[in-house]
Amino acid sequence: MIRVEGLTFRHPHTAEPVVRDISFAVPEGRLAVLLGPNGSGKTTLFKCMAGLWSPEAGRILFDGNDIADITHRDRARLLAVVPQEHTPPFPYSVMEAVLMGRAPHVGLYAAPSAADEDAAWTALCAVGVSHLAERPYTRISGGERQLVLIARALAQEAPLLLLDEPTSHLDFRNQHMVLETVRRVAAEKGLTVLMTLHDPNLTAFFAHQVVMLKGGAIVANGEPATVLTEENLGHLYNIGIGIVADAERRLIYPRLT
Amino acid sequence: MSDESIKELTPPFAKGGAGGISLTAVQPEQLRVPSRKLEEAHGRRIRLLSSFVFISPLLAAFVALFLGAYGVTPLQVLHIMANAFSGIDSPEAAIVLDIRLPRIILAGLVGMSLSTSGATLQAVLRNPLVDPFILGISAGAAFGCAISIGFLPGMSLQVMAFAFGGLAVLMACTMARSGGEISRLSLVLSGVIVSALFTALLSIIKFLVDPMKLQSIVYWLMGSFALADWPQVRSAGIGIILGCLPVFLLRWRLNVISMGDEEARTLGVNVSRKRIIFIASATLAVTSAVAVSGIIGWIGLMVPHLVRMLAGPDHRRLIPLTMAGGAAFMICADTAARNLTAADVPVGIITALAGAPFFIYLMKRGGAESWGK
Repeated sequence: MIRVEGLTFRHPHTAEPVVRDISFAVPEGRLAVLLGPNGSGKTTLFKCMAGLWSPEAGRILFDGNDIADITHRDRARLLAVVPQEHTPPFPYSVMEAVLMGRAPHVGLYAAPSAADEDAAWTALCAVGVSHLAERPYTRISGGERQLVLIARALAQEAPLLLLDEPTSHLDFRNQHMVLETVRRVAAEKGLTVLMTLHDPNLTAFFAHQVVMLKGGAIVANGEPATVLTEENLGHLYNIGIGIVADAERRLIYPRLT
Repeated sequence: MSDESIKELTPPFAKGGAGGISLTAVQPEQLRVPSRKLEEAHGRRIRLLSSFVFISPLLAAFVALFLGAYGVTPLQVLHIMANAFSGIDSPEAAIVLDIRLPRIILAGLVGMSLSTSGATLQAVLRNPLVDPFILGISAGAAFGCAISIGFLPGMSLQVMAFAFGGLAVLMACTMARSGGEISRLSLVLSGVIVSALFTALLSIIKFLVDPMKLQSIVYWLMGSFALADWPQVRSAGIGIILGCLPVFLLRWRLNVISMGDEEARTLGVNVSRKRIIFIASATLAVTSAVAVSGIIGWIGLMVPHLVRMLAGPDHRRLIPLTMAGGAAFMICADTAARNLTAADVPVGIITALAGAPFFIYLMKRGGAESWGK
């Protein structure tokens, strides 16, 4: 379980903090989504949780341990981060890219062992992209690349998975496919997942828990069914929101006048 | 959209868990056999080519031993080498053991150091277009050496070269950095500026020193192994090996670091410390080479790219192959320098003639996205 306590972050030389006194917790094995408009502090919160930026105040506790107190290497064994789209300068093969996930487990002067290659291969299979192993990582589709990054995160064997807008560059089908994969592997391995998303509908389909962020503060936190209401979403995005629901599904749409 | 694909899309909206959008099923037999399967797939071709690259410095060295102004046959070379320690006293033996052999070993060491540093800097700075020459390290080191030759005869060339080479790389990186990011183009430009600066400072020294010293500075600057002897092999060899060893040992981390700072950090690598180790090692190797051979450009750019074309970008293979390939390349270039004309042409001229068109070719190909397999 991961718990954020009173987190405040301010960029150097600025007066206003980007996020202010944020507290929430995600229980073990749950999939939580950070939802909020651009500039709401999602990315800041995400970078703080990934241990990349140091908060001005507050703590991030994983199973009771403050992640600020541990080395990068130990942190990488606790939490795996799936970054947004990126291009490496060299066309590594997919297998080589996934092997990089083993970095926190490989000795300082060592190269990955056969056991590390096994772990990377198992991760590729778990995500269902083992057929890509030999392909250059720079020449696969955006959806495939996202899956490969998820495989790399799995190869880290960390109990907590952080994903930064995993669907932002993907087409309609791939958005669902990637999130479905995240949900499946998280359930199989009992991972706790936290991701940022832009789409309330995707959030409604996949999240166990929704944390709504606006202006650097939490405005709602709870199960999708109770949190994703016309009122909350309208307040979050400053537009009229309509929801059509039947027994199986809820569809959120903007009511622009 | 067909009925079937709609059916495929519906379940995940409704129920959780597996199913839904078709994902490649995980076959149990896929879960075994990883490493062996990969080795096969990576192929006999790469392994064969790699073995050739690894023995190429020895082949090149052997050929280089009997080529030259003074004719020595391959058989004589074998005979002399076999009895190297029992001491044959013939002019052939003296030429092979005291003139050609140290020169070949020095060329090999320098080629290894320049190309290994090139590969290292390209990965650490995430920029396929840089090498020690382009970043201005060579010019900085040369300036340091010139000060030492001209005014401080007591100072070790190696130390002065390292000090000013380090200063040059620091300046290039600081200049190119804006907002924590180093852009590819601005790094190349900063290197040009740093090179220009140190070249200008070097000119001042050339202007000030007495003509006797000027001559030795100018000849040494052109980049040549003509004056190679065993003491030079020893003094350069120590720095070159000390510089290349950490890179060789930590080479897999270059893969991770080349993915970018934040990503490498989330993968558990202490980027700031590793970057300093890598850049310092590369600088030590290069400046040790410059102190004995002068400025020899472009090798650090050409060899890593040629190896990437051959065996892919994984630094676990790239670094050892670059070491061997760089050594072989330099031995060949130096042998050509000695034999093409009656005079001993500075080898730096040969590598520049090959390197400049190569750089243009890289730029046209987009540099970064080249050499997928």
